[in-house]
Amino acid sequence: MTKEETVLEVDGLTQTYRSGERTLTVLQDVSFRVTSGERLAIVGPSGSGKTTLLGLCAGLDRPSSGRVSLKGISLGDLNEEELARVRNQHVGFVFQTFQLIPTLTALENVMVPMELRGVRNVGKQAAELLGQAGLGDRLDHYPAQLSGGEQQRTALARAFINQPSILFADEPTGNLDAETSEFIDDLIFELNKAHGTTLMLVTHDLELAERTDRILKIKGGRIVSDEPMASGIKSLVRS
Amino acid sequence: MTIPPPAAKRIWNAWVWRMAWRESRSSRKRLLLFTSSIVLGVAALVAISSLRENLSRAIDQQARTLLGADLTIRSSSPFSNGAEALFTEIGGEKSRVTSLSSMAFFPRNGKLRLVQVRAAARGYPFYGELETQPEGVAIQLQSGQPVALVDAGLMRQFGLNLEEEIRIGEVAFRVIGSLLSVPGESLAFTIAAPRVFIPLGFMEQTGLIQVGSRVSYQIHFKLPETDVEQLVSDEEARLEEERLRVDTVERRKRSLGRAMANLYRFLNLVGFIALLLGGIGIASTIHLYIQQKLPTAAVLRCLGATSKQVLGIYAIQALAMGSIGTLTGCLIGLGVQMLLPQVLADFLPLEVEFAVSLSAIAKASLIGLGFALLFALLPLLPIRKASPLLVLRAAFESVRQQSDPWQWALKALIAAAILGFAITQTSRLWFGVWFFVGLATAFGLLCGVAHGISLAARRFLPRGWPFVWRQGLANLYRPNNQTLVLMTALGLGTFLLTTLYFVQGTLLSHAALTGLEDNPNLVLFDIQSDQIEKVRAILARYEIDTQMDVPMVSMRLASVAGQSVDELRSGPGRRGSRWALSREYRSSYREQLGEGEKLVSGEWTGRFSGLTEPVPISLEEGLARDLNVQVGDSLVFDIQGIEMECRIGSLRQVDWERVQPNFLALFPAGVLEDAPQFHVITGRTESASVSADLQLEVIEQFPNISAVDLSLVLSIVETILDKVSFVIQFMALFSILTGLVVLVGAVLTSRYQRMRETVLLRTLGASSRQIMTILVAEYFFLGMFATLTGLCLALAGSWALAHFVFESELNPQILPASGSILLIVGLTILIGIFNSRGTVRRPPLEVLRDEPGAF
Repeated sequence: MTKEETVLEVDGLTQTYRSGERTLTVLQDVSFRVTSGERLAIVGPSGSGKTTLLGLCAGLDRPSSGRVSLKGISLGDLNEEELARVRNQHVGFVFQTFQLIPTLTALENVMVPMELRGVRNVGKQAAELLGQAGLGDRLDHYPAQLSGGEQQRTALARAFINQPSILFADEPTGNLDAETSEFIDDLIFELNKAHGTTLMLVTHDLELAERTDRILKIKGGRIVSDEPMASGIKSLVRS
Repeated sequence: MTIPPPAAKRIWNAWVWRMAWRESRSSRKRLLLFTSSIVLGVAALVAISSLRENLSRAIDQQARTLLGADLTIRSSSPFSNGAEALFTEIGGEKSRVTSLSSMAFFPRNGKLRLVQVRAAARGYPFYGELETQPEGVAIQLQSGQPVALVDAGLMRQFGLNLEEEIRIGEVAFRVIGSLLSVPGESLAFTIAAPRVFIPLGFMEQTGLIQVGSRVSYQIHFKLPETDVEQLVSDEEARLEEERLRVDTVERRKRSLGRAMANLYRFLNLVGFIALLLGGIGIASTIHLYIQQKLPTAAVLRCLGATSKQVLGIYAIQALAMGSIGTLTGCLIGLGVQMLLPQVLADFLPLEVEFAVSLSAIAKASLIGLGFALLFALLPLLPIRKASPLLVLRAAFESVRQQSDPWQWALKALIAAAILGFAITQTSRLWFGVWFFVGLATAFGLLCGVAHGISLAARRFLPRGWPFVWRQGLANLYRPNNQTLVLMTALGLGTFLLTTLYFVQGTLLSHAALTGLEDNPNLVLFDIQSDQIEKVRAILARYEIDTQMDVPMVSMRLASVAGQSVDELRSGPGRRGSRWALSREYRSSYREQLGEGEKLVSGEWTGRFSGLTEPVPISLEEGLARDLNVQVGDSLVFDIQGIEMECRIGSLRQVDWERVQPNFLALFPAGVLEDAPQFHVITGRTESASVSADLQLEVIEQFPNISAVDLSLVLSIVETILDKVSFVIQFMALFSILTGLVVLVGAVLTSRYQRMRETVLLRTLGASSRQIMTILVAEYFFLGMFATLTGLCLALAGSWALAHFVFESELNPQILPASGSILLIVGLTILIGIFNSRGTVRRPPLEVLRDEPGAF
């Protein structure tokens, strides 16, 4: 078995916030590695530090101490502009609240990451991706004209257009009904498989977590367990 | 693995422009509204700059008609033989004009008016013409007949008709036309003393030229081939020696240019205030716009956009907004420019033709766009710091504030730009600095009060008030409140307008007050010594309370502290001002100091034997400063050919504001009694009709005597102030309208701020009425606080103006001002309600569905 490439390495990560006189420790000494193509779910109760961890891993925030390395690049050494470039090249995002740009059409929203790279004529590629997400007839609709599920599918298309090395998903179905959630979950895993992307998923939904390769449980800002899914279930999910 | 290279090296790459365009889609209409914040400021600048260019072109084109001649020489005494010899040497075509102030009597209606009588000989004016109605009748002044051209305004005022009789002095003249304009003279010039032109040959017969008459003798030259400036420079010594005053086309152009530059500067500063108000509007608009765009900025940052790219997107939108505003402003400015010459018609001594001035447009556009961008950048800069983490934790991230050196640099740049503009506009460093300091203080105070009100509303929110009023008041301190922007926009507008109103009222009431109580309200002057007893008798018959009955003697200075005036005027170490050395002094003599006179140094001598010299006299302290003399110094006065040595015995402070003759040099009794003299009498009449009857009787018997009554002075002051305030109000209109646009913008923006709150309240069961009351309460508090602060600032500002500039007591008309304040508050509430009506009427869900990202 060849050694898999490490996409994300987190080492001794601690995050504290000052709230008036009090210091609030949100994450404490968190360390783990994620390898290429791996699908990792972070689960834990509300306020356990899941989203903070995701933000730090994606270079959206800076830790109080510890180190995050993404594709071998130490994020702590980068300035904001360099972090932005790393996100653009290597990272895809899916958020609970979709975070589409309300003034852009679905197509334009999907095009943005590629356009930011300076790539021209990405309309066709974006339209194809939206087509795969079942939104071929909604290209020129604005987010406000799309349902929640459609908005999230658009967000997924946007997340995958730049062929990211890793996709960070924060409660991707948290705002959706059960039926739509299932559709989105399937789409995430489908696209993930098709693009060979590493997936880091923050969720409350244990059923969704069980579809991943590995579950990292977090409580009170600490990792309380880091276990691979049973190989049988793994193979079931992978198939 | 290395960090990927930047995809787009330039901030302003095509994607940024494309994003700016796409991103503005749903906001364009509203952005356009905010664009209008600067429209009026730019319009004012374009109009004023164009007017300036058109004016200077008009001055150049009509240069000769400004004077009506190539060279004009004036004297307050008849030209001497030496002067006449000089005129012969100068050569060219000549024309003489003699002018003086006198009473004109209109026999048909029995009315009198102090006018400026000008007796003109053939030829005048050489350039331009006396515009008359009917046209071309000015030539009849040379017909040898007793005819007169009467100022059009005077004809209207007294209902005079053509061919009617008008008496000036002892001659009855037939009115042949109304005078519309005289080359180089503005209409405002004629308010105090309307002009009446008569043939030169009749001046003598009027009998108006007597001892003490203030006559101006003028000779006009037509010298088309001569270098007049060189000529004047060559003859300077002789002109000085003969005490002749010279006016040339160049000098007139320069002085008119200076006067027009002052007018232009004033107008420009007023226009500039409109631009600044617009700037505040833009800054507040962009601030709220950016607040709403933060989530989008965070998403873009998440997707890999650099902070500069994000800034670029919104800076491009601001640039576009500024450009559209500037362009519209230019177009409106061109329209206004056609109006300005009409607004200023009374103050412009020449015809101004409308022409589009590209340089004026370019300059105003540059200033307008520059200020728009500077003010827009101020709230734009923080978007660079928009954290991508906002997509995960909006509530936490949005309150994280960081100090940004670029913000401070930008603020300094804005301050420097305003200061720079103020200095260049006023051309005087300190004037510009004071304008800036005044403006900064007003802004600072308004901002301070706005913060204070926010804090106070938070701290002392009355718990016992009904919910809706508490809610309205609480909106003053809630996040994204409108307190600061409305306080500054409304407060500054109120401040400017109310100051204007207070100062105007103070000046008028000051003039009116001088007529109250026991102050004299009638002045008779130019009374000859042989007429004085009869005049006193008439006054006694009318039971007039005579308050001053003073003799006056005309004299000139011959030497100061041992040096002759000629030496002093031409010497290298010149002493004293030219005005103080050359002027004709009208001095009086008496035993006691009068009311309004206070001895400040030396000793007053009330009576002195006329047999010995030097005579101890008292000088007004300002004149002593001008002449650079003090108590004990000697002065020699030339009293109509006889020199008298005097010694400065004392210095006096004189209250010049009293309606009474005041004197620069006061002699003791016993010295000047035999000198040729004339008299001035001031008195108090109980009614206007008594005053009119009395004047009529005096003038009928002694046509050379002139009378001024206070009602005339008041009406002159009022007319002038009316004309000036019309111009100021016209310009202030730009500020008010800009204030209103900013208000509409601010209210509209706050509507989006309050949208979710309103919808939530509606969801929870609030009635439309309750929602409306909350809005009314918020805008009532904002409008009230802003206008009250503006009013307080105006009181302070107009007190300072009254005290330091006009040296008078502030007499603010608070009640009418309160009326206009209520109007502004009402308007604020109305605009607030009008802009919010949609939110209240529609179902909550419909509003919510429409609004996300609508801004």
